[in-house]
Amino acid sequence: MSDSIGTPVIKKDHCDKISGRALYTDDWPMDGVLYGRILRSKKARARIVDIHLPPLPEGCYIIDRNDVPGVNRVHIVKDDCPVFADDTVEYIGEAILMVAGPDKKETGRIRDSIEVEYEELEPVLDVLKSEECFFEYGCSRGDLDAELERADFVYEEQFRSGSQEQAYLEVQGMEGMWQDGITSVRGSMQCPYYVHRALAGVMAVDEDHVRVLGEVTGGGFGGKEDYPSILAAQVAVAAKKTGKPVRCVFERREDIECTSKRHPSLYNIKAAVRDGRVTALDVDIVLDAGAYTTLSAVVLQRAVIAAEGIYNIPVLKVRGRAMKTNTVPNGAFRGFGGPQSFYALELLFDHIAQKLGRDSLEFRLEHCAQKGDPTSTGGIFHFDVPIPEMVEELSKLCGYGEKHKKYAAEQSGRYRRGIGMSLFYHGAGFTGAGERDMIKAVLRLKKNRDDNVEILSANMDIGQGLTTTFAKIAARELGLPLDRVTVADPDTSFVPDSGPTVASRSIMVVGELIRRAAARLKEQWVSGEECIVEERFREPDFVLPFDPERFEGDAYPTFSWGVQAVELETDTLTGYTRILGAWGDYDIGTVIDENIARGQMEGGFLQGISYASMEQIPADKSGRIRNSSFSDYLIPTAADIPVLETIFHPVEYSDGPYGAKGAGELPTAGGAPAWLMAMQQIVCRELNCIPFTTEDTLRTLGEVSE
Amino acid sequence: MIEFVLNGEKVSWEGPDTERLLDVLREDFRLTGVKCGCKEGECGACSVIFDGELANSCLIPMAKADGAEIMTIEGLRELDCFRVLDRAFAEPAAVQCGFCTPGMVLAAYSLLKKNPHPDENEIRDGLSGNLCRCTGYRAIVEAVKLAAKEGGKW
Repeated sequence: MSDSIGTPVIKKDHCDKISGRALYTDDWPMDGVLYGRILRSKKARARIVDIHLPPLPEGCYIIDRNDVPGVNRVHIVKDDCPVFADDTVEYIGEAILMVAGPDKKETGRIRDSIEVEYEELEPVLDVLKSEECFFEYGCSRGDLDAELERADFVYEEQFRSGSQEQAYLEVQGMEGMWQDGITSVRGSMQCPYYVHRALAGVMAVDEDHVRVLGEVTGGGFGGKEDYPSILAAQVAVAAKKTGKPVRCVFERREDIECTSKRHPSLYNIKAAVRDGRVTALDVDIVLDAGAYTTLSAVVLQRAVIAAEGIYNIPVLKVRGRAMKTNTVPNGAFRGFGGPQSFYALELLFDHIAQKLGRDSLEFRLEHCAQKGDPTSTGGIFHFDVPIPEMVEELSKLCGYGEKHKKYAAEQSGRYRRGIGMSLFYHGAGFTGAGERDMIKAVLRLKKNRDDNVEILSANMDIGQGLTTTFAKIAARELGLPLDRVTVADPDTSFVPDSGPTVASRSIMVVGELIRRAAARLKEQWVSGEECIVEERFREPDFVLPFDPERFEGDAYPTFSWGVQAVELETDTLTGYTRILGAWGDYDIGTVIDENIARGQMEGGFLQGISYASMEQIPADKSGRIRNSSFSDYLIPTAADIPVLETIFHPVEYSDGPYGAKGAGELPTAGGAPAWLMAMQQIVCRELNCIPFTTEDTLRTLGEVSE
Repeated sequence: MIEFVLNGEKVSWEGPDTERLLDVLREDFRLTGVKCGCKEGECGACSVIFDGELANSCLIPMAKADGAEIMTIEGLRELDCFRVLDRAFAEPAAVQCGFCTPGMVLAAYSLLKKNPHPDENEIRDGLSGNLCRCTGYRAIVEAVKLAAKEGGKW
């Protein structure tokens, strides 16, 4: 149907990107720009006793904490991460100082010749030995003790998950300038106004004296939500000291070693089972936050909220803590605490079903939340939960029932197969009262005299297609051809703060502001005249306001739902596992562009699968990451996944543009549990640790056969 | 003095033999369609066509470039067959963040030049030296299939 908004168009950034003309941060000429190279801590925890600097050639500079004009702390949620280290360093990779100079290699050589004298302190590398809790959140309903007492039995299990690197193809990069009291920074990022606010504090200026420009950004996946504020602060301080623009673009190893990742997690769960049903859940979550708080507060909130899975359990108690360790700070990664929770809950329900001799999928569907049921935080699922229909659709698409039965029978021979299915959601938009109390998004549409329309927003197209989907929404509402609507460069000197490009909020929240602004612009339309229309976020009427103090209410206005299946084949001789197919069914509300949405679902799904199967970040005894390159931190290639199919099951959302909801993060939540359930059929054992690698497969097959 | 053919033109370059071709292309010839993703030959973002073969320019010292024929995305985009690839990548939206794209398109070109009608496995194999973190690869594989179907003077 060509008049459906979902009908794909050629993406607006396609031509620039495919021809190599798009200029990313490091593609701009270096005319008069200094290279910045950062000296980093080699110790996980130490006091800096002395720093021995070599003689500096003319035109080279050292920039450290003494050069920070304002507070030596980068504002993220809290203000605890230093721009450059104070007296102590808290993780390997922490920035101590920057060398800036006109020649790239020489700047690097100077940096490498600097000697730091450390007084080593005992680092905390094991999260279970940490005594410093950064954040704690929880939620509960009903009398847990009474229900545990009443249970036929109490099932207990521990689930572990590891770290994951975002591995965006374009590394972090930023360029700072300082002129006439104005600090300007441009670079690769998701959230120009986060950077903007952080710079005001570090540079000790009011926000009018800061300008941030988001450049073409080569992927983010959350990794460019928090970290760019830190790098921006460093280049801004350097630019002020040197009086010249300073650019710092990371090496891949540097990027993997010192930027934030997915939080490793430990879930201890008790489940009361009575009359064949789970009647109570007691979930204790520990997230490894790393050395500084960055975004751990909000990641933990999402993990806590999702700790009931997609289920409605009469009695619930969740306690989550984010603990400090002397490792690289963990932060945002697509899913944001959700993937850890859905992995643990899906496997928990699967294992309880096994114990009861029940079919896992049937058992899980019996517990699935429905419209009108309470959420974990005492809010309400206000809209239809389409999981049962989606399970049916997806089962038909991939032949789940038949395959699952077949693979459950004893398998012999060298090659064994398994299939698994996961059920999950993503709370759409910023968590809790964030949209209402913190972000307060503002959006403008500007109609020029030539009757073309510009969308002024601070949201970044980091590959997810916003320059196209935003324009599609405005063009449709205005009744204009798509080429008459463009998205302006995200430059804080002229776009309003429509909020960060995170939390699967851009289409649902900002897209709806665009639609409403366009509707008003259409009413006011006078050909040949300039006109600006502004829209501000307002919370939908039906929402039960979230109370951050009590951690109660609607944490999200609505939810996007997903069902994924993964089919595997393992060579029992080598332990190598091949993906035979991966299928996903998604309710992201109305699909704004079928191609773009499909691309989001597929890319996110594959990240979820590799989170469970191949991506791991082991550290040595000193806390040093052992695999900081693409040679040993492996991500999937085109040869790793032959069949990747996507279908949509749209349930329109009343307060999203044309019924659209959050999309980007949803598919990353289900990959791990689906993959692990498939693997369980192959190794004939219940699994509760990810990543589950080729080595683990061989070891487990060996143990089972003994 | 190192002399080579770059995107169809004879060029010369002076400097240490051990300089990376990647850095020389980006910094001295300002061909920024060649991207740097890892500098270790793993990601393929810096792919070029080097004497007819797909190669990671980060692993090629300039000494090796002497007498070579090199094509980057800036050269490929001037050829007629680029239009086929351009359309084929546009249709399934095979470009997301775009950082891997120039290298990926060169990989597709290199594959189709050797094998104008590759099957699915051959396509996946041909692209497997080029990492993409955004797409899940399905759309890129489809793009190559579309380009093969359309055909071109590779």
